[in-house]
Amino acid sequence: MEKTSSQNGRTEQPADGLQLGEHTFGSRLLVGSSGYPNPKVMLEALEASGTELVTVAIRRVNLEDDSASGPLQILQDEGYQLLPNTAGCYTAKEAVLVAQLAREALGTDLIKLEVIGDDETLMPDVEQLLKAAKQLVDYGFAVCAYANDDPITCRKLADIGCAAVMPLASPIGSGMGLVNPYNLRLIRELIDDTPLLVDAGIGTASDATKAMELGYDGVLLNTAISNAEHPVKMARAMKLAVEAGRLAHEGGRIPRRLYAQASSPEEGRVGS
Amino acid sequence: MSSKQVMITVNGTPKRYESGITVNELLKEHDIDPDDAGGIAVAVDDEVVPRSKWGDITLSEEATVEIITATQGG
Repeated sequence: MEKTSSQNGRTEQPADGLQLGEHTFGSRLLVGSSGYPNPKVMLEALEASGTELVTVAIRRVNLEDDSASGPLQILQDEGYQLLPNTAGCYTAKEAVLVAQLAREALGTDLIKLEVIGDDETLMPDVEQLLKAAKQLVDYGFAVCAYANDDPITCRKLADIGCAAVMPLASPIGSGMGLVNPYNLRLIRELIDDTPLLVDAGIGTASDATKAMELGYDGVLLNTAISNAEHPVKMARAMKLAVEAGRLAHEGGRIPRRLYAQASSPEEGRVGS
Repeated sequence: MSSKQVMITVNGTPKRYESGITVNELLKEHDIDPDDAGGIAVAVDDEVVPRSKWGDITLSEEATVEIITATQGG
């Protein structure tokens, strides 16, 4: 397999890596930086996951207390490419400002666009999401749009020019897995010109595998690893799960049949 | 008698600062070294102020300033 050196020196990438805007990644697993028991576990889990792209949130600097530093420095020191998100934004205006601040702070055009409708379900406000996506694409961002699993919304996000469209499997942090694989399948069939990632609601390794078996280009998750009983073990499981799912998709599964089809030959049976 | 002051809201907290204060000076007031402020960005009245302009932009009365950085997130 042809390998090319990566941009951040973290890993070598196969030539058929995950393409997000101008960026190519060898790993198809994106992982969040939130909710780990401590920074050491976070770093070990990220290492075990094989991820190259780690999400971060954009928040006010704590001006009262500068002793508590966030994960930014250690993530950068370890060579991770960062994917800032617009978590906590309810309007296009807020999301666009946060994205611009993120670009200024981190020097990346990558943005995970989240525009939320309410704080219980954390489902996207589709109207504001589409508005924000259009503006950010116009401003030159590589927009990875967190979306609901509505094929029409996802199609619109792809048409706007998002670098990736990322429908949820189930609500953020819920761990319910792929509650509507039929919609996810429709979305994949409708959109073949834009990378698709399953983002949100992944609970365990088999969820990640199912997403990749549907032909998705990658998976984004956080809570499934950070809140697992053993985050480092789960991170390794997720790495293997995404690889297995991708290989299975490329391998081309057998069709489902109602009736049996013998796998041993009929001819030459004893007593026949 | 104090020199003329302006009321500026920084990260949600209104406070009085010296009139004519620049973004650079505001950061220093809050123990942030502008020359060692990687990973930080500033918005004034909902517009990003690029790092290159931190020394030029002065803050007016009732300005709203957001000083942000990247932190843990999913």
